[in-house]
Amino acid sequence: MAELLRFATAGSVDDGKSTLIGRLLYDSKSIFEDQLESIERVSASRGDEYTNLALLTDGLRAEREQGITIDVAYRYFATPKRKFIIADTPGHVQYTRNMVTGCSTADLTLVLVDARNGIVEQSRRHAFIASLLRVPHLVVCINKMDLVDYDQAVFERIKDEFRHFATKLDVNDLTFIPISALDGDNVVNRSANMPWYEGASLLHHLEEVFIASDRNLIDARFPVQYVIRPMSDAHHDYRGYAGTVAGGVLKPGDEVVVLPSGFTSTIASIDTADGPVAEAFAPMAVTIRLADEIDISRGDMICRPHNQPHNGQDVDAMICWMSEQTSLANGAKFHLKHTTRSVKALVKDLHYRLDVNTLHRDHEATSLGLNEIGRVSLRTTAPLFFDDYRRNRTTGSFILIDEASNSTIGAGMILGPSQSA
Amino acid sequence: MSLSAPTMDYELSHLKTLEAESIHIIREVAAEFERPGLLFSGGKDSVVMLHLAMKAFAPGKPPFPLMHVDTGHNFPEVITYRDAVVEKHGLRLVVASVQESIDSGKAIEETGPRASRNRLQTVTLLDAIASNEFDAVFGGARRDEEKARAKERVYSFRDDFGQWDPKNQRPELWSLYNGKHKKGEHIRVFPISNWTELDIWQYIAEEQIELPPIYYAHTREVFRRDGMLLAITPFISLLPGEEPFEHQVRFRTVGDATCTGAVESSAANVAQVIEETAATRITERGATRADDRISEAGMEDRKREGYF
Ligand SMILES: Nc1nc2c(ncn2[C@@H]2O[C@H](COP(=O)(O)OP(=O)(O)O)[C@@H](O)[C@H]2O)c(=O)[nH]1
Repeated sequence: MAELLRFATAGSVDDGKSTLIGRLLYDSKSIFEDQLESIERVSASRGDEYTNLALLTDGLRAEREQGITIDVAYRYFATPKRKFIIADTPGHVQYTRNMVTGCSTADLTLVLVDARNGIVEQSRRHAFIASLLRVPHLVVCINKMDLVDYDQAVFERIKDEFRHFATKLDVNDLTFIPISALDGDNVVNRSANMPWYEGASLLHHLEEVFIASDRNLIDARFPVQYVIRPMSDAHHDYRGYAGTVAGGVLKPGDEVVVLPSGFTSTIASIDTADGPVAEAFAPMAVTIRLADEIDISRGDMICRPHNQPHNGQDVDAMICWMSEQTSLANGAKFHLKHTTRSVKALVKDLHYRLDVNTLHRDHEATSLGLNEIGRVSLRTTAPLFFDDYRRNRTTGSFILIDEASNSTIGAGMILGPSQSA
Repeated sequence: MSLSAPTMDYELSHLKTLEAESIHIIREVAAEFERPGLLFSGGKDSVVMLHLAMKAFAPGKPPFPLMHVDTGHNFPEVITYRDAVVEKHGLRLVVASVQESIDSGKAIEETGPRASRNRLQTVTLLDAIASNEFDAVFGGARRDEEKARAKERVYSFRDDFGQWDPKNQRPELWSLYNGKHKKGEHIRVFPISNWTELDIWQYIAEEQIELPPIYYAHTREVFRRDGMLLAITPFISLLPGEEPFEHQVRFRTVGDATCTGAVESSAANVAQVIEETAATRITERGATRADDRISEAGMEDRKREGYF
């Protein structure tokens, strides 16, 4: 059975990210002849000496013109072992927003470092964002090893420096791979140029890294998304609660409690279009029927009586601000979407702004602007049923939406109920 | 009905993961929008999308109608298939006709042997969205199809003019979709964004989904133009030097009959198509869509105008 692995890529401009992705697609035969012809044409017209694989990942016209990647783009490739979705996020200085977006759904983050330059400010930022978004696996590819004579000492030095920095972060699984994206060393196959490296090639690592245990299988969480009532003769009395399991394992016969009402019942069955299932876990989309008739609607949460999420209107969170037009400051109000619940939120307190390069906390800060990250206390108009983001990325995350423009302007990672509340 | 065997390792196959994601998106739209519609052409992507929508609301039906933007240049097999599916599931179908847009002067027919109604579809589509007051429209586009699509969101915001602004897209995080919009604006929703052509075919096999017969090898009268095989239809005239001949072909996409190319193929069933797709070296759009070959930026420009 082929599993799905989602990974985000990050690197500073010119570290070789596009080349690496092009190489992965090319070597896994995910590039088609017409795509290749098209980039060969463009390469030739630009006067490039060789076909620039990086062009494969340049999407929009504006980017082609500016020659930089400016938005998250998604790429796909597959090997017999796994299917991969790459969230290709640009390394440009002001695009923290894009990396946060790419990391939000990633199982793994791949950070590129140019072997000649070593760790730069942006490498630290990328590692920090991956840890803030709690991407379970971090792979650091030290690229352009061909330009440092495949020197092990260079690799070890960068690795040590990165490790040292990473101790300040929450990174569980950290892997280093020396590569040359241009020539393909250690990308798909182990490189003969670096016999001292005993680890796996990048692709091999991506195929083998264990992701099944990254999900929360402990805390049963089922945000009700949609109530199915067919109103047809065949299914006259059918009433099912459709949704996507956000955590834990649910089984027929389980005793459950529904929030906010607090009513308890038992799961009568867990239905899918293919028939009932014996258990459901994240991220399965199922329909739950309960033994008792209780009033349940979208935004309610089904969980176990002895393992409930926080339930409240005061939430502390790390927020990444994503708007150019507005900023976040005390007293600001937004729409907030959390699981299947939409409420309004008020900023009670901006505690500090975090410098993503130094991790310094600026307690004097009075606002968050585009691409800035800070700790905030929010009050919501109705209770949320939430977990800490580090415990559950689905029930611990929310987005903020501007009331005037309807744009998505912030991403929130919940730290817990507000301390002061 | 029997219970499926417990999944001891709590792993889902990539197809089941994609299926779950798509169902989540479809339900989210049904819950949050007042008047969604689902674009259904009878093409394989829209067929898979409808299949997912059927699953999302089982044992009920999807709480929204289907819409077909009909160029009038159809393969009859596809229309027969479309009507049979609508009938079988007891759904409502809205047909938005490009011919009517032309007759009413809203769209101007291209002329000449290379005329195509592909671009005109945008006019008809936007008109139909407005007249049906759709606030969300499901489309079967996939990100692997084309470079500009690789950056489009699952929820793609469209202004009053139906336009897409690639530089001003809403960030899309986790599985939290922002469907907020004002009256007159709408959201195009792409529930199968993350599926590839191969995923689609594998899923069609796994779920035993029926497709219009033109997706499988058959003998057809075709001619060669710009390196593609186009079907002989009443809607297309031959240029000097173009000769019709019979050949064994199948279609990889289904669009306007005047610009959808066939590929030489002997793949007569799903398993053989998968084998061919896995081995194939040309993208489905590059191989078979004359309309996409216009320029490097062809798709991006059309999408900005409000195309699918
Ligand atoms: N020598 C060498 N050059 C590389 C390597 N990887 C990328 N490059 C070059 O570095 C430049 C920037 O690469 P690109 O992939 O566009 O970087 P991006 O900005 O991170 O996407 C290009 O000229 C590449 O050819 C490598 O492993 N070795």
